[in-house]
Amino acid sequence: MSDVMIDARELTKQYGTVTALQNASFQVNRGEVVGFLGPNGAGKTTTMKILTCFIAPSGGTAQVGGADIFEDPIAVRELIGYLPESTPLYTEMLVLEYLQFVGKMRGLRAAGLEARLRRVVEETSLGEVIGKSIGELSKGFRQRVGLAQALIHEPPVLILDEPMSGLDPNQASEIRELIREIGRERTIILSTHNLAEVRVTCGRVLIISQGQLVADDTPDELAARAGKPRFIATLKQNGHSAGEIREVFSAIGDAQSVKEQTGAAPGELLVEVVPKGNQDLRAEIFQVAVSAKLVLLGLEQRGENLEDVFRQLTTGNGGASS
Amino acid sequence: MRSVLTIAGRQFRSYFNGPVAYIVICIILLTLGFFFWKTFFLFGRASAREMFRWLGLILVFSLPALTMGLLAEEKRTGTIELLITMPVTEAQVIVGKFLGVLGLYVVLLALTISYPLSVSTLGDLDWGPVWSGYLGLLLQGSAVLAIGLMASSWTSNQLIALFVALTLSVFFWVLDKFLALLPTNAASALQWLSFDYHFQSMARGVIDLRDVLFFASVIVFALAVAFRALEARRWS
Repeated sequence: MSDVMIDARELTKQYGTVTALQNASFQVNRGEVVGFLGPNGAGKTTTMKILTCFIAPSGGTAQVGGADIFEDPIAVRELIGYLPESTPLYTEMLVLEYLQFVGKMRGLRAAGLEARLRRVVEETSLGEVIGKSIGELSKGFRQRVGLAQALIHEPPVLILDEPMSGLDPNQASEIRELIREIGRERTIILSTHNLAEVRVTCGRVLIISQGQLVADDTPDELAARAGKPRFIATLKQNGHSAGEIREVFSAIGDAQSVKEQTGAAPGELLVEVVPKGNQDLRAEIFQVAVSAKLVLLGLEQRGENLEDVFRQLTTGNGGASS
Repeated sequence: MRSVLTIAGRQFRSYFNGPVAYIVICIILLTLGFFFWKTFFLFGRASAREMFRWLGLILVFSLPALTMGLLAEEKRTGTIELLITMPVTEAQVIVGKFLGVLGLYVVLLALTISYPLSVSTLGDLDWGPVWSGYLGLLLQGSAVLAIGLMASSWTSNQLIALFVALTLSVFFWVLDKFLALLPTNAASALQWLSFDYHFQSMARGVIDLRDVLFFASVIVFALAVAFRALEARRWS
């Protein structure tokens, strides 16, 4: 097997007259954790269903671990562990029963099954609920059962459709930790709405909008596309005029522009400083403020974030930033 | 084959985790008891034929309740997606589901053995027609189950699956009941399509290969249609 684990070529899917996916091509290498981003209905789930051979594309094809989704769907499915959106499980079954069922379906038997069960139950911390029926579990535990069933056959490729949705922050961070752990030795594609999350979990981001791939890059590079960072300083007014304050900050060598911003609380001023390049000006801003005897109440960095890029790329107004 | 049996086993066990199977089995046994013993002593004959007559009819009405959820419920809850994306073919899923519900049906048939047993304590029972009758029930019931599975493959709503399956199986049962009104050619064709016509000859103790083949064809046809319906999902 080569290092390309997923190779999608010009995938197109039409539901009647609706085009859910159009000419999407991408490759994912062994060991990569790729975040799949896009608004609802953009085609993320469609792509995942195509890769798992649940539905067939209307055009194009894909290979997973060298096996073609049309020619050898069974081989493709053997390589993939899949967690569909909203984690559909047989709620009337016990957790153990269910995992045994999935293990058997995945070709595990007797001692091998036993060993793998032990391992995934440990990995996903399901020990305390193993004898409960799935219907009784909280959303977080259900999600873990979903991950456990996807992991039981040690698949080289994991496809997770919104593994974090509907979880509270604690549960989400546990699942995130788990995914990061698993991702060390596996290829993972996961879809999500949570951009902050992509930054911590994924080494690469695919952004899809209206059925088309609009970006394929690392989270940092994507964020850099949003334009320069901006620094917002909150100052105590203390009788200074906005003009004086602008002048103070314009003295910073690397500052390209200094603007007063609206939205300050009474008695305070907000000043936005944009650097010439990508420099971090926070230290300079602090020093200048101190030497001018200005009281600095707050200082934050904005602009360099995925949300902006995401919004730009998925709402169709290409250039406009800030 | 292993996957087929794993699916069948899961399906079979899942019936015992919910109320539907228990309710259906109870209703079948109670209705059968009522109709059977009501007239048994009037005839004064040690025969299980009345049991087969009633059971054949009761099953046509009640088995669709066991099959309605087979695929419809999996589609409604989305579990079908996990099932299909395991390394199995659609055909294995269909056959597995069918064998799962068939297993439950065999349990149900086994429970009715108390009828011929109690009859045999009351008189000299001829066991030949009993066994051929059971074969007939097994075949006719399998046909009804296959039709139910087919109906369940068409929708994600259990109730729709139930009513479609009921309509079809009752239609095939009732076909030979209005033959007097029809011209002879049409009548014999319709009679040949009727479940009850093929079943009754087995309940009398006659095992005719044509009857066996008739039910086998219905089962294969219905399962093939269900397979097509499940597979069509990929291309829609």
